[in-house]
Amino acid sequence: MTASSWLLVAFPALGALILLAGGRRTDAWGHLLGCATVIASFVYGLVLFFGSDGKPVDTTIYSWFPVGNLSVDLGFRIDALSLVFVLLITGVGSLIHVYSIGYMADDPGRRKFFGYLNLFVASMLVLVLGNNFISLYLGWEGVGLASYLLIGWYTDRPSAATAAKKAFLMNRVGDVGLAIAIFLMFKYLGTVTYAGVFEHIGSAPPGVITAIAILLLLGACGKSGQFPLQAWLPDAMEGPTPVSALIHAATMVTAGVYLVARSNPIFNETSDGRLIVALVGAFTLLLGSIIGCAYDDIKKVLAYSTVSQIGYMMLAVGLGPFGYALGIMHLLTHGFFKAGLFLGAGSVMHAMNDEVDMRKFGGLYKRMPITFATFGLGYLALIGFPFLSGYFSKDAIIEAAFGQEGWRGWALGLAAMLGAALTAFYMTRLVLMTFFGKERWKDIKSSDGRDFHPHESPSVMTVPMIILAIGSVGAGAFFSLGGRLSSWLTPSLGELSEAEHSAIPHALIPWITVLLSALGVLVAWLLFGRRETPVERPQNVSAVVRAARKDLYGNALNEALVATPGMWLTRFSVYLDSRGVDGAVNGLAAALGGGSGRLRRLQNGFVRSYALSMLAGSFVLVLALLLVRFS
Amino acid sequence: MTWVLALILLPLVGALVLCGLRKNDRTAMIVALTFSIVEFLLMIPMWASYHPSGDRLQQTSSVDWIPTFGVHISFGIDGIALIMIAVITFLVPIVIGALGTADKLPEGRSAGGYLALILVQQALTIAVFAATDVFLFYVLFEIMLIPMYFLIGGYGGANRQYAAVKFFLYSFLGGLIMLASAIGAYSIAADKLGKGTFDWATLVTVVRDAPTGTQIWLFLGFFLAFAIKAPLVPFHTWLPDAAKEAPIGVAVLIVGVLDKVGTFGFLRYCLPMFPAASKTLAPLVLILAVIGVLYGSILAAGQQDLKRFVAYVSIAHFGFIALGIFAFTQQATVGSVTYMLNHSLATGMLIVVLGFVMARGGSTRISDYGGMYKVTPLLGGMLLIAGLSTLSLPGTNSFVSEFLVLLGSFETEPVYAILASVGMVLAAVYVLWLYQRLMTGPVRGDALVGAGGGPGTAIAPELGAKKTIKDLGAKELAMLVPLVVLIIGLGFYPKPVLDTVGPSVQATLSAVQGGH
Repeated sequence: MTASSWLLVAFPALGALILLAGGRRTDAWGHLLGCATVIASFVYGLVLFFGSDGKPVDTTIYSWFPVGNLSVDLGFRIDALSLVFVLLITGVGSLIHVYSIGYMADDPGRRKFFGYLNLFVASMLVLVLGNNFISLYLGWEGVGLASYLLIGWYTDRPSAATAAKKAFLMNRVGDVGLAIAIFLMFKYLGTVTYAGVFEHIGSAPPGVITAIAILLLLGACGKSGQFPLQAWLPDAMEGPTPVSALIHAATMVTAGVYLVARSNPIFNETSDGRLIVALVGAFTLLLGSIIGCAYDDIKKVLAYSTVSQIGYMMLAVGLGPFGYALGIMHLLTHGFFKAGLFLGAGSVMHAMNDEVDMRKFGGLYKRMPITFATFGLGYLALIGFPFLSGYFSKDAIIEAAFGQEGWRGWALGLAAMLGAALTAFYMTRLVLMTFFGKERWKDIKSSDGRDFHPHESPSVMTVPMIILAIGSVGAGAFFSLGGRLSSWLTPSLGELSEAEHSAIPHALIPWITVLLSALGVLVAWLLFGRRETPVERPQNVSAVVRAARKDLYGNALNEALVATPGMWLTRFSVYLDSRGVDGAVNGLAAALGGGSGRLRRLQNGFVRSYALSMLAGSFVLVLALLLVRFS
Repeated sequence: MTWVLALILLPLVGALVLCGLRKNDRTAMIVALTFSIVEFLLMIPMWASYHPSGDRLQQTSSVDWIPTFGVHISFGIDGIALIMIAVITFLVPIVIGALGTADKLPEGRSAGGYLALILVQQALTIAVFAATDVFLFYVLFEIMLIPMYFLIGGYGGANRQYAAVKFFLYSFLGGLIMLASAIGAYSIAADKLGKGTFDWATLVTVVRDAPTGTQIWLFLGFFLAFAIKAPLVPFHTWLPDAAKEAPIGVAVLIVGVLDKVGTFGFLRYCLPMFPAASKTLAPLVLILAVIGVLYGSILAAGQQDLKRFVAYVSIAHFGFIALGIFAFTQQATVGSVTYMLNHSLATGMLIVVLGFVMARGGSTRISDYGGMYKVTPLLGGMLLIAGLSTLSLPGTNSFVSEFLVLLGSFETEPVYAILASVGMVLAAVYVLWLYQRLMTGPVRGDALVGAGGGPGTAIAPELGAKKTIKDLGAKELAMLVPLVVLIIGLGFYPKPVLDTVGPSVQATLSAVQGGH
């Protein structure tokens, strides 16, 4: 059964091929094919899931590029971890494909859109199924391409093109880290397969193990929008909303967490590496939630929320055996509720002439009851309302963070707890501004001059939202009761350890967290529920809000450190090349040509004398080379 | 007669036929295409009859030329030469197809002459790769410049005379220095064997034992010729000029095929003949290679002109190839050899696609374009595929070679490999930025919407786009689709190529490792 695991990838890959190469001939039924391939993969994934005991089974599809003692196969590993991801990707993927039929109904390029989505699903499946780091890398950059194409979907918007390029570039920085990690594995272990690397990693020098861990983390940061490579993810919201839901919330951006969890035998060997992962996660979760408080763009708030929630996952997997399974659990519950929230936001935008500024919304709960209900459940799940999904998965991470020894327990635990309060604040703000209060859209027009006529979305869009809402409610309890998920994941991630020590008594942590979250809700209500929200953005705000509106200067920093110096370096190099290097060549030729003018009487051809002078010039060059070498 | 000889002679016959067809451009086109396609078909049995694990040189043939000096006209191939010859035969039909689609002949010129020169160029280039006598190699290395000189100087752009002379002199002087080194090698053989020879297989066994000091001088002679040809920074400035002035088809030949003689020369001549010098001077070459990767990439990002852009992209890629060759590991060298092939396909496609862009817009300046995707989505898709292969995305051919180069050179030269890895990011910068400027945003720019809609003016596509700008036609697609198939096919299944070059690479490397 597992031997035909390639079928999982083959369905969507074939779909992408047919839709992209088939051109307009496939316009009429393209969206149906796009959905069918992903659903087929989902069904086949279920079959594999129920036939598996979670233990790894490696299958080689074919030998990809074997050279000398390097053997690189395209190979897949079916195990507990990859199966969970297969179901997440194809399950949520199917729902979002179906939703897109409605969302993209008016777009003339809908067929191509489904081709790109299929390409994404196929690449993402390669990423999680690969049984060696190079197969993973194939999927890793493949999803990057799909993400690039879909962020830049509206090709005539310059901002979309810039955002797409930015996403690809920042990902590439991370990818180089991943690539160098692979080089290190091959140099020190002679293999790039999971089986080989995980078995022999202990024999590598400790410094090398830590270096590999940090380089893998760099790759993870790029893909998952973690500090310092987080700036691309909010910009990625330029893509159509289903893309934001599937790629930039539920699946692709969590690939970094997958990478760390998958490489757990490497991270188990290096406590420094784990600590850095946890710190990056803790820092990013605060960064994301602070910035999320300041934005008025509904999708950007959700995007920074994603940055922040992935921070939680990173923090969890950085705790090593105490947290791998918790990180994956939060990843799965987040997949449900965040995808649901994005689809809800898409539904709102669909109703509101593609407007994203929440200041122009208000009072929408009456107009869009289903969207409001599903969005509301996703919201409650995200802020950790007791016994909904987020409550189980996030609380577990906070408890595990406090379980660390010494200052780590305090630092990581408090960061996670504070993040929970901020999450409650910005999400309540979002819900209040969108669904409650005065119907501010009544008095204004959208940017294209039309009136707003909000309405509920068609059922092809609401049904996926309802299903995801059910997941947002029940997934957490389903996964965590009786340790169901963590024991299923044991073959891939090892036993989930429970800390004996805790900085704050275990029993108190859920109470404090819930209390802090309630406080966040309360403050948000005082600021945005009780008072009327102005349509215009207030300008006389505190320095903190100003900084948060500017992404805490993340983009300014990139600009100052990379973009501007890069531009000057480029200009300088172009000048150097035309005036310096080429100038020297021309100057040398001219000088020697002039000097040999007297020789020309002895010569009878122009080209030959020119050649002679160049010959002399070449000896100068050789001499220069030798001087460089021997001095 | 061996397949190799047939492959060298057939285009020459074709060129002779074309000389008689100067009056009729259409017939000339058909004849040239027919010859080039038959040539491609002839390549297939040549590849099929090559045994990777067999002799070092296969399908050999030899006749005496200047017996006094031990000079022969001898040809033969190894796996590396084989794939280079294969890619030439694959590209030349596309080069010919570019006439009439991407290229226009200058006033008063006939297609027959141009196409004849292309076929002569093809024959000579195949002969250079197949030559197994060092003197013959030198002669062909120089003669090869002549048709190219006329192709650039006779059919090129406004500044063609300058570009052609610069190209010719640069390469020619490199060749002269190589001749000096070849004669040096000959005299070493004369000392040792009592009778001088230029036979490559014999020279390799004799010269490799020469003292390191002597080797260094002789190595440098060959190296300089090849470094100019490749071209390595700082010997590169002829390439942007040549590529800019040459017609599109000729630019494909220069960047896709001719330049590979340089890196091929490193592998065939520098490494096995002068192993000690190769190892001693490797750090110098590695530095130049890494500089080439970074400097070429940065300059590519800074270019305002589409054709110069391609030239600098190539300079960056040649840096990777040189890095792999002088890292002396199996993975790196196989990576470099396949990079030579993959660069021909990727950059060949990039030039052709940009040629189609320029044929539509009539300008080579990047800033004259904008938002083309709206008007020509197929062309946009093709540019993206060529670009993705250029930035070595996994799933395209170039990924395999670039990854192998870096992985292999990391084993012996981690610092250089890490520095070159930065080139991976820079490649994404220059490719995606180019794509963004040409294809995305509102339709704009002189070239697309005409006067009144100059650079920076945004015009609604339905109002502004020239009705005359059409998406790719059948002829153009016929040129690009084979490239796409190979680019993706070799990305997922490169094994046939890897198996073909593997043993030849191993033999080259063991020659280096066996040296003192």
